[in-house]
Amino acid sequence: MLEITCPWCGPRDETEFDYGGEAHIDRPKDPDKLTDEAWAEYLFMRKNPKGPHLERWMHACGCRRWFNVRRDTFTHEITAVYRMGEKPPGDGA
Amino acid sequence: MAKYSIFSLLRNARDDHQNWPRVWRSPEPKDAYDVVIIGGGGHGLATAYYLAREHGITSVAVLEKGWLGGGNTARNTTIVRSNYLWDESAAIYDKSLKLWEGLSQELNFNVMFSQRGVLNLAHNQHDLRDLSRRINAIRLNGVDSEFLTPAEIKAFCPILNTSPKARYPILGASLQRRGGNARHDAVAWGYARAADARGVDIIQNCEVTGIRRKGRKVVGVETTRGVIKTGKVASVAAGHTSVVAAMAGLRLPIESHPLQALVSEPIKPVLDTVVMSGLVHVYVSQSDRGELIMGAGIDAHNSYAQRSGLHTIEHMMASIIELFPLVSRLRMMRQWAGVVDICPDASPIVGKTPVEGFYINGGWGTGGFKATPGSGWAFAYTIANDRPHPLNEPFALERFSSGRLIDEHGAAGVAH
Amino acid sequence: MSRQVNRRPEGGRIDRDRSLGFTFNGRRYTGFAGDTLASALLANGVMLVGRSFKFHRPRGIFSCGAEEPNAIVQLGAGARTEPNLRATQIELFEGLEAASVNCWPSVEFDAGAVSDWFSRLMPAGFYYKTFMWPARFWPQYEYVIRHAAGLGRAPAEKDPDRYEKFHVHCDVLVAGGGPAGLAAAFAAGRSGARVILADEHSEFGGALLGLGAGIGGKPAIEWVESTVGKLRGMAEVRLLPRSTVFGYYDHNDLGIAERVTDHLGPAAPPGPPRQRLWKVRAKQVVLAAGAHERPLVFADNDRPGVMLASAAQAYVNRYAVRPGERAVVVTNNDSAYQVALDLDDAGVKVAALVDLRPAPEGPLADALRDRGIDVLGGRAVVATSGGRRVDAVEVGRLNDDADRIVGGTRRINCDLVCVSGGWNPAVHLFSQSRGKLRFDAAGACFTPGDSYQAERSAGACNGAFRLADCLAQGLAAGAAAARDAGFRKGRAPAAPKAPEPEAAPLRAVWRIPLPGDRARGAKQFVDLQHDVTAADVALAAREGYAAVEHLKRYTTTGMGTDQGKTSNVNALGILGQVTGTDIAGVGATTFRPPYTPVGYGLLAGRDVDHLFDPARRTPMHAWHESVGAVFEDVGQWKRAWYYPRGAESMRAAVDRECLAVRNSVGIVDASTLGKIDVQGADALELLNRVYTNAWDTLKPGRCRYGLMLGEDGMLFDDGVTSCLGENHYHMTTTTGGAERVLAWLEQWLQTEWPRLKVYLTSVTTHWAVAAIQGPNARRLLAELCDDVDLGAFPFMSWRDGTVAGIPARIFRVSFSGELSYEINVPSSLGVALWQALMTAGARYGITPYGTEAMLVLRAEKGYVVVGHDTDGTVTPQDLGMDWIVSKKKKDFLGKRSFARSDTARPDRKHLVGLLTEDPREVVPEGSQIVEEVRPAPPMPMGGHVTSSYWSAALGRSIAMALLVNGRNRHGETVTISLPDRNVRAAVTKPVFYDPEGEKLRA
Repeated sequence: MLEITCPWCGPRDETEFDYGGEAHIDRPKDPDKLTDEAWAEYLFMRKNPKGPHLERWMHACGCRRWFNVRRDTFTHEITAVYRMGEKPPGDGA
Repeated sequence: MAKYSIFSLLRNARDDHQNWPRVWRSPEPKDAYDVVIIGGGGHGLATAYYLAREHGITSVAVLEKGWLGGGNTARNTTIVRSNYLWDESAAIYDKSLKLWEGLSQELNFNVMFSQRGVLNLAHNQHDLRDLSRRINAIRLNGVDSEFLTPAEIKAFCPILNTSPKARYPILGASLQRRGGNARHDAVAWGYARAADARGVDIIQNCEVTGIRRKGRKVVGVETTRGVIKTGKVASVAAGHTSVVAAMAGLRLPIESHPLQALVSEPIKPVLDTVVMSGLVHVYVSQSDRGELIMGAGIDAHNSYAQRSGLHTIEHMMASIIELFPLVSRLRMMRQWAGVVDICPDASPIVGKTPVEGFYINGGWGTGGFKATPGSGWAFAYTIANDRPHPLNEPFALERFSSGRLIDEHGAAGVAH
Repeated sequence: MSRQVNRRPEGGRIDRDRSLGFTFNGRRYTGFAGDTLASALLANGVMLVGRSFKFHRPRGIFSCGAEEPNAIVQLGAGARTEPNLRATQIELFEGLEAASVNCWPSVEFDAGAVSDWFSRLMPAGFYYKTFMWPARFWPQYEYVIRHAAGLGRAPAEKDPDRYEKFHVHCDVLVAGGGPAGLAAAFAAGRSGARVILADEHSEFGGALLGLGAGIGGKPAIEWVESTVGKLRGMAEVRLLPRSTVFGYYDHNDLGIAERVTDHLGPAAPPGPPRQRLWKVRAKQVVLAAGAHERPLVFADNDRPGVMLASAAQAYVNRYAVRPGERAVVVTNNDSAYQVALDLDDAGVKVAALVDLRPAPEGPLADALRDRGIDVLGGRAVVATSGGRRVDAVEVGRLNDDADRIVGGTRRINCDLVCVSGGWNPAVHLFSQSRGKLRFDAAGACFTPGDSYQAERSAGACNGAFRLADCLAQGLAAGAAAARDAGFRKGRAPAAPKAPEPEAAPLRAVWRIPLPGDRARGAKQFVDLQHDVTAADVALAAREGYAAVEHLKRYTTTGMGTDQGKTSNVNALGILGQVTGTDIAGVGATTFRPPYTPVGYGLLAGRDVDHLFDPARRTPMHAWHESVGAVFEDVGQWKRAWYYPRGAESMRAAVDRECLAVRNSVGIVDASTLGKIDVQGADALELLNRVYTNAWDTLKPGRCRYGLMLGEDGMLFDDGVTSCLGENHYHMTTTTGGAERVLAWLEQWLQTEWPRLKVYLTSVTTHWAVAAIQGPNARRLLAELCDDVDLGAFPFMSWRDGTVAGIPARIFRVSFSGELSYEINVPSSLGVALWQALMTAGARYGITPYGTEAMLVLRAEKGYVVVGHDTDGTVTPQDLGMDWIVSKKKKDFLGKRSFARSDTARPDRKHLVGLLTEDPREVVPEGSQIVEEVRPAPPMPMGGHVTSSYWSAALGRSIAMALLVNGRNRHGETVTISLPDRNVRAAVTKPVFYDPEGEKLRA
């Protein structure tokens, strides 16, 4: 079980959190202008990398706040935790 | 290919089994092939076999980064069934099931396909409605499916807790008698042996590190054992489909997750069918070795780690005891995880891509094992003809733009 | 009752004053407190304890611990029976009952042993090559295979025992309480760190309990006792005996299985749980798991009486048991020399020590020779003879390459063969932690290489086999772990002295060659439990199953309940030999949890029976029960389904309940409805973004129905939201959707729209809700409520008021199509409200109705239920609810998806009504509509029946369906295909009752 450090509550077991998938996918400002392909890109297409991944978690059994995590999907090492709206530290993923 | 039979076994016993031939060669990769298949699991090997057998294409290399059948083929819970809701799914999974039914003979390798039936349990009125819809749809698609009452369930699988007082009482079940399970490793080995016999080169310990393109067209692959020229590259790298697609510059609607499974110590037979419950969230069968083999849902987060955690297992154990109270004193012998790649509609992607000569077969999620023969059969057709077979046409990548998804989330309500 | 013929007159860590009676295979024996079942059996002269998995060959006790492949027993009877336990780990208790597994009629005369005659036909993987003809016989073949497989039996009853879990954090977890683990715990503990020391045995000390070794000039056991005493005195140190660290997971999360009362048997007190699962998050971990001795692979090395040398040593020293009368010790390393001395001390005649190494020298060899024990160098045991017990070994000389036996062989009579092929560090936990193993050529074993998590290995599991090194490594590891966990006090204490002679290197011979005249055919076992021989390994390699995992899977070596603790490395060594690579090149298989098998019940803990998933009940639940309601599960909720009167059938009850609503007044418990309090300056904006319709015009006091979509345009929840005041709304959701909707809104607010000022609170269980519905609802309400002007209380509005003296919020909304009030009161007052309504409603014949009547009533009106009439693939347009999709709003969640080519198709599946030709026919929900009737499937399908009921109000059946292009097919007749017949039905609008909504607004 992973141990994730909630930026507000501190380190907690993974079971306290909900996972929200890839982070930094902005909702298109004007969806009507997009092609079906571009809309599908937003809706469904994901990087799904093997390695560092910027992703969202929510402390469901705690403060219920969403935040961002940089976690390696192969090693499960968490190298950064940062709040919503913040940029990933360093060079991102 | 030396034929396997009781007679060859007797013959070889005479000289202490010193003369059995290799099941497949171990060739060095050639400079070029007509088709390069990335991934030496069941689906990749089946694809190679059907390319050779159905389409006469034998200049084929199957590149496996580790050992043959070492990905999800080796890690799944071996359930085979075709009781899917939507017409498109029923067609491809039932094609697969029909191939399973003659597979041991076709490959001359006993894959131990055992049609002991698959039960899907319903625990509330919502489940029952859903079950009824499925049973009717499946039946009308020409696939076998029947409803069992709690009393019939008890007779069919006596160790299930059918007490109405259970926290999740069993109110009914669907039964597909033609479903069951098979010996997972044997499927990879059997296809490998048969493909090899038809001239396919199976190359283990050969990881693809890049896909070479000229314009929008594939021209070769880079591997840890050198560059291989080819006009057709087929990705059959379950779990790692996104990684391979990225080499061709593609992003896919796929996420990879760990799927947990475990076996108990071997015990004398108690369970002679496959039992699945979406609501209680577990599926279980007993192997020919006597182990109870079970799996459940996926971990929520993306992962390529093939790691197993304890909390998922604890929940799985609680689930299995809810269904089968008498297993409480059995013991977990091994736990593990596979990496499954999952599409938003819980259906696979099998077909062409925007990159010419690059084909994808992936996104089977938690249920790919059962599809092995049918998937390989349809994919081989697609590669050979550069167009999808009607069986896999609905499973094209384009469906994510058009919205024509094939939503099989409820396929069993549970990963399988 | 037999005498303990093999018990030494004195010594051992057993309590001779506490004699314990037990039975094995139906025979009565006695042992002593401190015995294991295995040591007690040996004391009674019982060596044959089991039969092998495949060939049913007789097998004896082989080890004295977790690595035991042979002595697998069924413990106990009835509900508490447990299969596949190792006799070497079962602590003896009074009244213990155990039996051998997988043999019939008895372990002495096992009918299954005929399979040994056919063993030539059963090499590794034989089943892949046969049982294929004729194809239809496979089920019969398989029946035989299945019944031959499996070891013990599952209990036939429910487990009567209880299991608990502890979740703990610690600074240093030490896995293993032998010399290295005790030293590590001591060094870490004295720094003040929170330390957990767990050991799988009943007492700490590990191998020291079975050795005669000395530490600091005293017997080692005194050091053990003094160290344990010091640890007990440390407030932050927790000692867990009988506790196996079985799994090492991500981020230093470890699982420990503690056996709390197993060793007490029937005398276990009722209070404590049987076992306890410790889930430990450790800052640092010290692995001190010890090592397992490796057997040697020679012909018929499986006969009862062949035993690991260290096990024989432990039996004579720790348990004061002589496992045989005349022993041959065969070894490739120094450790077995002391075993021979200890056996001799115990009165076991040592016929010879056979050493694979050419010229054994040193003080131990001298000591043996001094006692007149033959030390045979450069030789090996090549085979054994005997029936149900070994009676002799055959010894031959090895050539320099150890691939041939030169010259003749010599027979030595013996009833005990003690084997030592070197030691395998117990790297299981290290490997589970994702550490990389490396091959140590000197020890011919895998040792920990690079660490991956915050852990360090010490002692034998780290490849340090000398006692002094174990102590020093343990102390250093414990101190370093504490330091890394933030406890900087002090350094590692100096290690006490533990003198041992210099060890000579071992000679790795993975497979003892057979004498030239028997080059083939003999069974040299690698995996004793699964009957895998060296020939099987060679066969696998010959056929191309040479990858380590292929070997394991093809031969099944290492896949037994012992998880290959004694077999894996030998199998790899032999594989390396036959493939011409070395073992380092072959590599190791991955170690997976658990280290030893862990009980299902333990892993489930208290999450069984009604605690598997706690049920939710409404405040009025007890009332429903008291009048005999039948409940259904809706998500986690228990909802009243219908209220039968006496022997009334469900159909009759539901008809009665429906008619009561249509004709007078009914009352339904709607407390489970999801409720979210929405506040903030941007609350309205949020509603506009998440619902399909526009909310700007909703005034305080008014309610509006809304649909929520996923971004894919598909309906996922619906409900009524009411404006409570400026910037304040009360949102309702479906019963099942409450949590999902809250999470959905929170996610959008926090991630995508952080500038919106909106605050959400789940208030689902703050309110109890009684909905009164029917033409008399207003009259009834008027009797209990005098502070709301019911005449000026229109449909789709709400009022605060007092009902039966209870402050209430009343919503005039309806899910039945009748005049209706949903009365919300604080949860604790729900029953009072309900009873007041029942009392006051008596004159109207007020009728409580359940979820089934609720569904019928709404279907008569054509109201959809999300998840019942929809399945995640349905848009508002598909439901004919285009009217609630705003054309003016520029954007809302899911809007863009409508325009996708498939979603925009005009001929998608649409919601329709169905009226069967025979009005009495109620087709089952889930029935499929076929577009073309054929004599047999397959038939093309056009959709399915989503809702279907008998409508008492209409005196006929009604149904709703999703039908291809259904909106354009009203008036058509379609065929519904049931398993046994077809039913024809007319396609209509999905509204059957009061289409104009006059009653609603009455």
